Amino acid sequence: MTLSWFVPVFLSMVSASTPLLLAASGELVAEKSGVLNLGIEGMMLVGAIVGFAATVTSGSWMLGILAAGLAGAAMAGIFALLTLILLANQVATGLALAILGTGLSALIGKGFVGMAIKPLPKLDLPILTDVPVIGPILFHQDALVYASFALVAGIGWFLYRTHAGLALRSIGDSHDAAHAIGYPVIAIRFGATLFGGFTSGLAGAYLSLAYTPLWAENMTAGRGWIALALVVFATWRPARLLVGAYLFGGISILQLYVQSLPLAIPSQFLSMLPYLATILVLVIISRDRLRIRLNAPACLGKAFHATG
Amino acid sequence: MLIQLEPRGERSTFWTYGSPLLAIALTLATSAVIFTLLGKSPAIALYTFFIKPLTSPGSLPELLVKASPLVLIGTGLSLGFRANVWNIGAEGQYTMGALAGGGLGLWFYTSTSPFLLPAMIVAGVLGGMAWAAIPAWLRVRFNASEILTSLMLTYVAQLLLLYLVTGPWRDPEGYGFPQSRLFSDAATMPILLEGSRLHLGVALAVVVVLLGWVLLGKSLIGFQLKVVGQAPRAARYAGFSDKGLIWLSLMLGGGLAGAAGLFEVAGPIGQLTPQISPGYGFTAIIVAFLGRLHPVGVLLGGLLLALSYLGGEAAQIDLGLPNAVTGIFQGILLFYLLGADILINYRLRLGSRAAVARDSRPA
Repeated sequence: MTLSWFVPVFLSMVSASTPLLLAASGELVAEKSGVLNLGIEGMMLVGAIVGFAATVTSGSWMLGILAAGLAGAAMAGIFALLTLILLANQVATGLALAILGTGLSALIGKGFVGMAIKPLPKLDLPILTDVPVIGPILFHQDALVYASFALVAGIGWFLYRTHAGLALRSIGDSHDAAHAIGYPVIAIRFGATLFGGFTSGLAGAYLSLAYTPLWAENMTAGRGWIALALVVFATWRPARLLVGAYLFGGISILQLYVQSLPLAIPSQFLSMLPYLATILVLVIISRDRLRIRLNAPACLGKAFHATG
Repeated sequence: MLIQLEPRGERSTFWTYGSPLLAIALTLATSAVIFTLLGKSPAIALYTFFIKPLTSPGSLPELLVKASPLVLIGTGLSLGFRANVWNIGAEGQYTMGALAGGGLGLWFYTSTSPFLLPAMIVAGVLGGMAWAAIPAWLRVRFNASEILTSLMLTYVAQLLLLYLVTGPWRDPEGYGFPQSRLFSDAATMPILLEGSRLHLGVALAVVVVLLGWVLLGKSLIGFQLKVVGQAPRAARYAGFSDKGLIWLSLMLGGGLAGAAGLFEVAGPIGQLTPQISPGYGFTAIIVAFLGRLHPVGVLLGGLLLALSYLGGEAAQIDLGLPNAVTGIFQGILLFYLLGADILINYRLRLGSRAAVARDSRPA
């Protein structure tokens, strides 16, 4: 069958895209509420090591995933406390989170370097898994891959079809007006930030439990920053996030495949591709200033302090 | 009972300078807790981390050597941060400075010309500037976030360094190790203090601090940087050029980071290797904030964080503490600092919401 080569390529694309999709979807919710958390890289790293450590210690990957999400949320909690309660600058605090997460994950991970675990089990769905081509791609995946699709759909529904989602978006667009109506600005932003941390933790767990089932320092390799760019690429729309994540996943897989070909291109140049592609995509989207201004939450990154 | 935040109305001078000290005190207290959790005596660990590196012989020059790249990069960044230009890719600009200047040194490695080192320094500055020019251009021309582009370029620069030292620039007599030749004497930073590693770059860092101070305090450009950050609208009405300041911020940041990179490879390291930086470009962000975005503050902040590098090494050797403790210390310090900064603009009050509202009403 001519499509047989396609299945493994697409499978590896799914695994490269999933961590980006998980991290970016939570960040999208946080940004929609007006919170710009640049610390995804740090939250992912802490999620990766905590998820790995919990899986090794408890023997249960479910506990591992849960622990990773909670660890990411805890990191986001520090960020929320500083930026939402103590009104610290969001850009600077996000950078601090990235720096702290790198150090903290390295410290926790000291005893786990070189350990190997079984990758996350693939969960089959009855009937659907047996459909040719589509079945093995879409329905022979691990829990986090399914979760990433569910997240995008769930977030799209929540933001645009529920009252709470409307409240969240209104806070992101005008916190003063939302506050005047009586929406709890700080509480909702706090929740959105914690949610963003949770999914970043899951993204980290995907890397250390499924993508490469081991722990290595700085194993996220900039994916947290790429996820940030993805949110801009998607112009803050969940469905476009899906497209963007798979586009980026595709580029990084393409890069791996080209490396395996007998070409005279040094591997380092190919490894640059995802980073260069991020810049390129960012430029293409950002050059349309009007579109950015129409889609970006108007209060993104701004501090809110209720007076009166 | 609640803690309420009450606006001060004007910035508190006391807390502008007090909050870094409060942050340092809180960081030390937190470090003591972390050391205890790691099973070490907090007193011995804190002594090893922060006092011992200062008392052992020859440690002071070493502190200055470690501080100078932080101070150089931090000064450049702090001027840009004032104008809300978030160049967080200094690590990449540092790497490109090292590559541009170091490449020149390798190209002319048999040369004994006294002009080689100055040419390398110029190339280092230009290398850093060129790398920072990309995010500047993309921001000015295409509105692309310099935060993300400058950071992505850091990864690209590090991969380029890896390619060069494992490929075309690898030392032919280096037994296949991924590193370049050692720089010749003419391509090495002169040592200022016999028997130490104190090199010319340290003195140049101090000069840069003084120049930065003058630029910020006494020049129109410094005034513009401050106004753009604090009151962007006022700056626009006054006709200050946004684009000009973005370019200026990134050129200063990139140029100084490039110089720092060249000083390191042509100074203490002496060759190009994949490990030319323990994250100076990122730590310099903390230094800039700790120094209140002011060159003189950056000098002090740079010394403190240089101490954390030395302390981290000492703690690794003496106590077997992992090197990651340094990174955690630096991250926590920045967190406390950003949190403590609220005291500059707000007063903390204990009491219920109503009581606070009543008290703050004008009499």
